[in-house]
Amino acid sequence: MVVTLDQIPLGQLARITAVDWTALVPEEGQRLRALGIDTGAKVRLAYRGVLAGRDPLAIEVGRMTVALRRVHARAMQVEAPVDEPTA
Amino acid sequence: MTRGICIAALVGNPNAGKSALFNALTGARQKIANYPGVTVERKAGRMLLPSGEPVELVDLPGSYGLSPTSPDEEVTRKVIMGEQPGQGQPEVLVLVLDASNLEQHLVFAQEVIELGRPTVVALNMVDLAERDGLVLDAMALQQALGVAVIPTVAVRRRGLTELAAAIAEARGRTGAPVEPRPHVNGPERRMLAHAIADGAILSETKRHRLHARMDRVLLHPWLGPPILLALLFLVFQAVFSGAAPFADGLTAIVTALEDFARAQLPAGLPRDLLTDGILAGVGSVIVFLPQILILFFFILTMEATGYMARAAFLMDRLMASVGLSGRSFIPLLSSFACAIPGIMATRSIADPKDRLTTILIAPLMTCSARLPVYAVIIAAFIPNRPVGPGGLIGLQGLVLLGLYLFGVVGAMAVAMVLRRSITKGAASGFIMELPKYQLPTVKDLALGLFQRAWIFLRRAGTMIFTVTVVLWLLLNFPRAAPGQDQVDASIAGHLANGLAVVIEPIGFNRDIALALIPAMAAREVAVSSLATTYAVSNPDENAVARQLGAQLKSHWSLPTALAFLAWFVFAPQCLSTIAVARRETNGWKWPGFMLAYLFLLAYVAAGLTYWTAMALGLG
Repeated sequence: MVVTLDQIPLGQLARITAVDWTALVPEEGQRLRALGIDTGAKVRLAYRGVLAGRDPLAIEVGRMTVALRRVHARAMQVEAPVDEPTA
Repeated sequence: MTRGICIAALVGNPNAGKSALFNALTGARQKIANYPGVTVERKAGRMLLPSGEPVELVDLPGSYGLSPTSPDEEVTRKVIMGEQPGQGQPEVLVLVLDASNLEQHLVFAQEVIELGRPTVVALNMVDLAERDGLVLDAMALQQALGVAVIPTVAVRRRGLTELAAAIAEARGRTGAPVEPRPHVNGPERRMLAHAIADGAILSETKRHRLHARMDRVLLHPWLGPPILLALLFLVFQAVFSGAAPFADGLTAIVTALEDFARAQLPAGLPRDLLTDGILAGVGSVIVFLPQILILFFFILTMEATGYMARAAFLMDRLMASVGLSGRSFIPLLSSFACAIPGIMATRSIADPKDRLTTILIAPLMTCSARLPVYAVIIAAFIPNRPVGPGGLIGLQGLVLLGLYLFGVVGAMAVAMVLRRSITKGAASGFIMELPKYQLPTVKDLALGLFQRAWIFLRRAGTMIFTVTVVLWLLLNFPRAAPGQDQVDASIAGHLANGLAVVIEPIGFNRDIALALIPAMAAREVAVSSLATTYAVSNPDENAVARQLGAQLKSHWSLPTALAFLAWFVFAPQCLSTIAVARRETNGWKWPGFMLAYLFLLAYVAAGLTYWTAMALGLG
């Protein structure tokens, strides 16, 4: 089963395995890549919004926290990284 | 090169601490302007090399790469490449890197270093990195990058002398021919960045970082929003109650100047122009300065501490429901004091359609200029009786709150309609780095406040000056024949006659038409021109309000008064706002649209209010 970044539990560490760039506006894709959110990156789902839809999300990538929308996270397939224990 | 002075530029990712470093290096000797043709701010200042030679230091907009995704990044790229009109190519590039975010910042850094221009690296905020348990080896980084690396703490002024020396040295060096690697792509740079960053780490202790602990509370799904609301309440409280004594003081000074001019100069048109035109006009602007300073104090503090990005995060869902993003929150918040700084703050919105929509709805936030108008009308027509559970809330306060909410709801509705029609586009996204929390320095805050105040005074001041003089001319020419009323004879009087026909259906009379014309300069002018119309004059302001209230009650019906309030929720009666919108959108098209749609809404809202009130038998 394919798991996307918006579906993993809060606090979970994950590795991005594939990104559907066609689902994103080109500039946003570029912005995400510039922030290091790309295939292979290890990210942690850190915070979720409160209201309906639980949007937006904040993820930790490296030592940075980045806010993004659920539509962005939904375009990213993730898996639990094998080389590190899940938090 | 035009002036022969050495130019250096600060380059780096957003949140690398560039502005703090810029402030530390240049002090208060800064010039802020726009790059020609774009609304991107150009900040430049003087710094001194160890030899005493001055260098012009330019603070470039934060960028994630040399392939631009926003007007800001476009300017950064052009300046670095020497392609920006009116800006000499910098001789030395100072790369600012956040020490605790190296693997991220080194991606853009590699791109810049590969250009082969003389480059110096400022490894900034090393103290915050150490606080988080990260100790770095600047020498290792220097060897890996092939350019000088200076550890700095901009806010504590650490490493500044060394940085100046490194700039001087880099400048003497002819750009060492760096092996160009044009085929290196993004992922490879990223891997290299990781490797370089790992190689520079001396020790890393896993520690619960302070900002993560704070975010756990401030971004908490149930705690975060109430904290933000409480903070906003505090801000508004401070803006509205804290500013009053200062505003009164400024008004008193202007009034004293007017009295002085009246006493010293012979009566006549030039004196009237000075007192009723120029001084009154300038006075109507500077009276907002205390509120704007207090509001900006909070906004700058929220920005400098890193909380503003969290506020945008918390507000994003709400803004998304009308097609905007959390980034629009800051400009709209500023607009509650005054739409002018609010519209200028939209520059941080990357998406052009988001930005345009935010500019168009900013005037709907109830700015402080509406308060005097609301206050007079409410005091005169709304009985001050307690309502609601326990009678805790007064009816007057409730009406005032209702007018605020009316504006906000109107703005949201307009945004929703615009995003589905005129500013239609891809659903705006929200991608934003949440920077680390830090304590702001007093100096940076003071400098920021001074700059914003100056920009406001200059923009609003010159505009309102022109407008008040023109309005004064309209009201005073042609001169009345003996026995004729000057207002009736003037161009403005004739305009009011025409206008009265148009606004009669919504319950407005000619007196209101006459007040609305000068109130184009600024909304609160409506109060003083109504006072003039009903021949109320008293040196005591509160007495004027009371007398005017009594006059209004005898001349206006309740439906007219309510319609007048509804009118002011929407009417774009502020030419300075229109002028700023023109600047920020580079043309008259959008300010024209803004004027048209807001007047239309004002007319409809006032009309509906009037007709409903009449139907309910309130007349």
